[in-house]
Amino acid sequence: MPDKRFVIPRQDINREAFAASIPDFNRRSEIMKTDMGYKCSITNIVRLTEQEKLFQLHILESREREIFRFRPGQFLMLELPGYGEVPISISSSCSNHEFLELCIRKAGHVTSALFNVEKGAYVAVRGPFGSSFPMDEMSGNNILLIAGGLGMAPLRSPLSWINEHRERFENVDVLYGVKEPSQLLFTYQFDEWEMINHIRLHTIVEHGTAEWNSRTGMITDLFNDITINPATTYAIVCGPPVMFKVVCSYLDKLGIPMNRMFVSLERRMHCGMGKCCRCMVGSTFTCVDGPVFDYWSVMNLKEAI
Amino acid sequence: MYLSTKGILAFVNELYSSKPTGKECDGMIYKVISKAEFKRFIDTLVLNNPSFGPRQVDSDIRGDAVYHFLPVTSFDDIAFDYTATASSAKHFFLPFREELSRFAFHGQDWNQHINYDTNPIVLIGLRPCDISALNILDDVLLNGHFPSPYYLGKRKNTFVIGMDHLPRPDCFCKSMNHHSVQTGFNLFCSDIGEEYYLSINSSKAFNFLKEFNTRDPHDEDNCRLVERRKLISNSFLSEVDVTALPSILDIEFDSPVWEKWGNKCLSCGTCAMVCPTCYCYSVEESFAIDLNGATRQKRLYSCNLVDFAVVAGGHNFRPKNGDRLKYRYYHQHRGFAENANQQICVGCNRCGRACLAGINPKDVINDLRMEKESCLTNVSLSPGRT
Repeated sequence: MPDKRFVIPRQDINREAFAASIPDFNRRSEIMKTDMGYKCSITNIVRLTEQEKLFQLHILESREREIFRFRPGQFLMLELPGYGEVPISISSSCSNHEFLELCIRKAGHVTSALFNVEKGAYVAVRGPFGSSFPMDEMSGNNILLIAGGLGMAPLRSPLSWINEHRERFENVDVLYGVKEPSQLLFTYQFDEWEMINHIRLHTIVEHGTAEWNSRTGMITDLFNDITINPATTYAIVCGPPVMFKVVCSYLDKLGIPMNRMFVSLERRMHCGMGKCCRCMVGSTFTCVDGPVFDYWSVMNLKEAI
Repeated sequence: MYLSTKGILAFVNELYSSKPTGKECDGMIYKVISKAEFKRFIDTLVLNNPSFGPRQVDSDIRGDAVYHFLPVTSFDDIAFDYTATASSAKHFFLPFREELSRFAFHGQDWNQHINYDTNPIVLIGLRPCDISALNILDDVLLNGHFPSPYYLGKRKNTFVIGMDHLPRPDCFCKSMNHHSVQTGFNLFCSDIGEEYYLSINSSKAFNFLKEFNTRDPHDEDNCRLVERRKLISNSFLSEVDVTALPSILDIEFDSPVWEKWGNKCLSCGTCAMVCPTCYCYSVEESFAIDLNGATRQKRLYSCNLVDFAVVAGGHNFRPKNGDRLKYRYYHQHRGFAENANQQICVGCNRCGRACLAGINPKDVINDLRMEKESCLTNVSLSPGRT
């Protein structure tokens, strides 16, 4: 029989008030159940290309739906119970409070499993995490969005912000390069962007097909089509690592200041909270300090791109 | 000539805490306990609580004893004169495998359950560097953007009894300023001959000790404590110059030193497993065998393992051994933003002792500092096995 005087009292952090309060992921330095996801149902699935699908999610609890507010460029952790969690950037407009849209490529274990689920299935999201594009800072300037391949997915969120506040921006150019015409994402919105929102969309493919009657080549070839005024242009770049180097150094040569070029980096995050260190770039976390960095930080971070 | 008690303690604290920790240690109470009474105290504590202490499990090829923190049931089980355990005490706070949450499926729907429950344990005989490592983990895991409840629960429910020791010849805790510790423990014992000099840092420890015969320290005890600490401080044989190491690491990012040591590295991840401050992990989920549930597990990982920085699509941001070894040294000796860029290495040299390829932090850092003799003598072509 243990002597009560010498038994160490148990401290149950489940019962403490801070653990019971509702999770708020953007507030800092408070203990919360950050591992508890918001349950969502998949309300729609659209096949965009052979490799990518657009998932539309609806957070079930109205209270949690109220909490989940994000800014363009942030990402969330998508949980498929039993398979795992993946970091996915949010492709929908941040003013859409009802539905989240995630453009997902079939790339690994979890996303392959996700391609087999059907409408109505339940998944969970945690987040939003990370930094965002400074849309207010960009207001009043020309915007240059450069996307390569799946890089269009994270850029759709700032693009819809621009579309909703179109009067705040001058010229908006979107340069979009993919390998083959069949890999173009969000083709159903191209006309809307061009006609209604007056966005100049330039697409280019590496390997054209017979039906393709637009440009063929690398994304850097598109720079010949447009005129850039470095003094009043903000650039957002997202794409495969090799594209960052080429495009950013080109823009740098044009004279766009490094703090006006923003890149969205990609890493395999396991926690999203700056704890697992899997997404470390140099000495910063992609999940907490990123995924949106200005080119100045990326230049100074080792092994970033 | 005797100084007053307060004067000596102020002197001792000043001497051994040249780096300001920012944490209060005013709440500390100092007592002296005889060794016989200390045995009675430990026996009582061990009897009433699940306790873990250093025990010899094996001896290595050179005949040195190998110690581990294992369950103990009496004072005699504990090897108080141990040098350092092969694996660190972090595994009581960051287990190799830890269940983060559990999913229960019913039909198409599922529910998520999270459990932060832990039972109180007593950890006996932690070395100052081990306790410093826990303080660093506190900084990283509790002060960041998203404090970890899993860690907090374990940390709050662990009663830590520290104990000072004479260093091993390859320890370089003194260079890292972690050979003495001011905070992060419940009770700290310094061996001053026939008695233990106790630093009591928590009300829990004070309440337990009320039941035992202790006395306030005399001036002679304080002098013996100073002498003991001086002896420890002067016994360090290994020294690593860490002056301005963060900037040297930045400057030497493309140094051939990394390739040289990287070619020796076997990418086995042993160093991270024994390290008292390595906390990187991976998260994986698995279905229960009856398919009615699933668990999300956290598994301690090592940045030296080949797939640490692989992203979807197969691109590896650190494909070479040298890149990953460099990354580990960056984390250890430069620190990351999460813990205010402080060095997180405590200098216990567990990684150096455990490394199968004989890579030693001391040699790597000296090599990086372009110290010529180190370059010439310490790098052999084949991995030296110990």
